[in-house]
Amino acid sequence: MRKSAITAEAAAQLVPDGARVMIGGFLGVGSPDRLIDALVARGARALTIIGNDTAYPTVGVGRLIEAGCVARVEVSHIGTNPTTQRLMSAGAIDVELIPQGTLAERIRAAGSGLGGVLTPTGVGTVVAQDKQVIEIDGASFLIEKPLRADFALLRAHEADYYGNLTYRLTAANFNPVMAFAADCVIVEPDEIVPVGVIPPDAVRTPGVLVTHIVGRAR
Amino acid sequence: MDAKEIIARRVALELRDGMLVNLGIGLPTLVARFIPPGMSVAMQSENGLIGFSAPPPEGMENRDLIDASGGLIMSLPGAASFDSATSFALIRGGHVDMAVLGALQIDAAGRLASWMIPGKFTPGMGGAMDLVAGAKRVIIAMQHVAKGEPKIVESLTLPPTATRRVSLIVTELAVIEPTDEGLALRERAPGVSVADIVASTGARLIVPEVTPEMPLCRD
Repeated sequence: MRKSAITAEAAAQLVPDGARVMIGGFLGVGSPDRLIDALVARGARALTIIGNDTAYPTVGVGRLIEAGCVARVEVSHIGTNPTTQRLMSAGAIDVELIPQGTLAERIRAAGSGLGGVLTPTGVGTVVAQDKQVIEIDGASFLIEKPLRADFALLRAHEADYYGNLTYRLTAANFNPVMAFAADCVIVEPDEIVPVGVIPPDAVRTPGVLVTHIVGRAR
Repeated sequence: MDAKEIIARRVALELRDGMLVNLGIGLPTLVARFIPPGMSVAMQSENGLIGFSAPPPEGMENRDLIDASGGLIMSLPGAASFDSATSFALIRGGHVDMAVLGALQIDAAGRLASWMIPGKFTPGMGGAMDLVAGAKRVIIAMQHVAKGEPKIVESLTLPPTATRRVSLIVTELAVIEPTDEGLALRERAPGVSVADIVASTGARLIVPEVTPEMPLCRD
């Protein structure tokens, strides 16, 4: 279905304070920078951010942390952002650390209608606390539950008017899997192209998953 | 030759033609500098790429092309890019032949701690727990002691990364292999005595009658 472009500012208005928000990106690469800036400008508060990491204080998700928009993060790594470390130590932000592969699979499970995943990752570590361990053919696995969000804010390379998406190189990372796992999916593409320009085999996220497309910067 | 170069050179001797290898953040990334010419080793970056080298020529950098440490890289002919779920399917699924990781501590059972120091520093596990769970071989590349304290200890005092026994430990002093019987000393670095190694190690070592010197390049 054809979609009309919205501004980053309008998109930020859709995301209420306290929302659970997935944000694509790995150390800021493949993160929707204009949407992040618009959330900072709106003065968003008490967000829960689900993503790989909190990047750096001036980059990607780190800008939301720095601006005080975030109450909780569910990520695999915060080592590159001293602000997240400091806020966590001060009790000003909740941090749940999730192994990166488990994070991807929990999001994938939520987006594909699975009740969870079984993974060997984290068995015998603090990650296994309060989780069920089951044995299959002599090997131990953790039951990891699906991870959903209210919003997914994605960065893509190209979007057509239907919301079919392509990604480039290492900017794909968590974006394709997050496109399945949120009630409202907002994509910020580098380029918008007419329907038909992206060949079907090149589409990595089908447009039916996308709710809104952020139009080109004016 | 400094400690890091000794470690990287020795780890590079574990590489074999045709391997898919994942190098962890920090010291392990140095191993890529010592891949022998003519050997074909595919490097995986956990953020979604197989086939890269670093860094690109000045002015040719692409902001969508980074390694897992955030450094700008070049893709190589034949490279493949993919999303995070695929990347970790490769890792957990046993498709990575060798992972080289740093460590904060290793214990006598060959268990690894690498992702937090309670009350001091909590970077998070990133992809390390998945790599230890799934890679065919896990090689630890680390300095032997930290601030004068042994990093190889009888039992971990830091939270473990996994329960799996790592395959090999390479430091600037020694090569040590965790076995059913305990930590077996395999090699000593040039100019380093067995007594030096034992003195810098906080766990019991199984010392052979003769400990060969660590090779640092191929014959």
